[in-house]
Amino acid sequence: MAPPSVDLTDTEQAAARYPGARRPDRRRVVEAAGVALSVVEWGDVDAPPLLTAHGGFDFAGTLDVFAPMLADAGWRVVSWDQRGHGDSAWTHLYSWEADLRDASAVIASLPPTPMPFLGHSKGGSMVMHLANLAPHRVSALVNLDGLPSDGTMTDVADHERTRRLRDEMDAWLAHRRTLVDKQRRPGTIEELAERRGRMNPRLSTEWLRYLVTVGATKDDDGWRWKLDPTMRMGGFGPWRPEWSMLRLPGIGVPFLGVLGMDLEVMGWGTQPRHVLPYLPPGGRLEVLEGVGHFVHIEQPHQVADLVLEFLS
Amino acid sequence: MTGTSTSANGDRPAETSWLRHHRIDLALHRLTDGEDPTFRPLLLLHGLGERTPGAVPAEVAWPGPVFGLDFTGHGRSTVPVGGGYTSEILVGDVDAALDRLGQVTILGRGLGAYIALLISAARPAQVVGAVLADGPGLAGGGVHPGSPMVAYPAPGSAPVPDPFALLELARDVRPPDYAQTYVRFVVERSGLERPVMVAAMVRPAWLAAVAAEPGVAEAGIGEALAFFAGSADTA
Repeated sequence: MAPPSVDLTDTEQAAARYPGARRPDRRRVVEAAGVALSVVEWGDVDAPPLLTAHGGFDFAGTLDVFAPMLADAGWRVVSWDQRGHGDSAWTHLYSWEADLRDASAVIASLPPTPMPFLGHSKGGSMVMHLANLAPHRVSALVNLDGLPSDGTMTDVADHERTRRLRDEMDAWLAHRRTLVDKQRRPGTIEELAERRGRMNPRLSTEWLRYLVTVGATKDDDGWRWKLDPTMRMGGFGPWRPEWSMLRLPGIGVPFLGVLGMDLEVMGWGTQPRHVLPYLPPGGRLEVLEGVGHFVHIEQPHQVADLVLEFLS
Repeated sequence: MTGTSTSANGDRPAETSWLRHHRIDLALHRLTDGEDPTFRPLLLLHGLGERTPGAVPAEVAWPGPVFGLDFTGHGRSTVPVGGGYTSEILVGDVDAALDRLGQVTILGRGLGAYIALLISAARPAQVVGAVLADGPGLAGGGVHPGSPMVAYPAPGSAPVPDPFALLELARDVRPPDYAQTYVRFVVERSGLERPVMVAAMVRPAWLAAVAAEPGVAEAGIGEALAFFAGSADTA
């Protein structure tokens, strides 16, 4: 899959070139209960599959540097855009259960042998759940900074937590009242990169510009992210971070967790002490100092080497 | 968009009006104007898998208009593609109804009782009393997440109610302390001394916790509605 070149200015074509980035070798569509999911693959189709799950508000194209490194080492790297993200369909509803069902449809489209699962952030939590619900399909598990912990909330007083919940509920309902016919704001590649940079402050401008060329579409009035414009960070509900961590001790296959220690807006601030008691037998935790939440984008070589050594 | 549906009571047919929540069209049914059409409306929230009844239920006595909302995937409301239900999404459904109706009292059955509690906390100035009654979907999925699973409807399942709603909302986790937090929101921000009435006989853990909170009373549906009909909003 080549980056779009038709109707792009020279500047835009330059943005679509990033050192080491390689678009997937194949794309197909998997239908999950009526939702069209875009599934992409890097590497030889006959190589052993390795399932990768992107984080929330990301898309499979964010793996364009990291995934080829794994593919070049002999893996068939398979990923998909979660519903509402990237090139997958926008839907009426979004939920964790629906995301797991979608992921299961992607897994069902692959050969029925166990394979490694790898996920970043939300995708890391997702693969831990998938390893619990389909242990017969997973051979090893890699979680890249996707280990939510309530450790960062222990110093917050109960009344402050309650106030945050109420504020979040109010904000969420206010947001829901604005959704009808909502569209993303168009802009130039520079403008979209700048907006995304607020959530990804440690990532380079060149990388963010590149992401625009694969994660946005160009219309007559400018570029727009493909992400469903009605999606929003946060929300309210009963979910607690420790519920995700409780999936970890029962993992029955080799486990590698990677934590980026520099806290940033999209990360959890999870510390090794929050994870170590939950590691499954033989589980391994690697701590990357001076690296933020997007460990595989900030340090793709280091993280790919870690993963390949672990899988070997 | 408005329309007319089946006859709902002796004096006039029910009217269905349509609300938009995200990409969902929600059916809001007016079952009766009551003796005083200017009185604060009563909003009925049905249970899991149900729909707004065709007529005002016999146990409901209310001096003003009575409305019923079909949740997403239920009754005449849009059935979404590919599931993805949470109780919180249904709170957004009710919020769309409040945007149309203004101040209401709510009677919720089963799932609708849980939603009634949450929306009462979110919109305490607009919800003048909530009655939580027995009905399908009252328990939800318990107090902790169960083993992860992926469920699909049986082939040939009827499209309405959405089989994904039946599957997913039956697994919706409802920790007691989470429900208690919402009761406290209601009590803090409502002008009523007893803004929540529990009429349900069945008490899953979340509802038992709610019933034990200050500001929550227990009463039958008739008694609870009479109490709220006599209550003026002081929020």
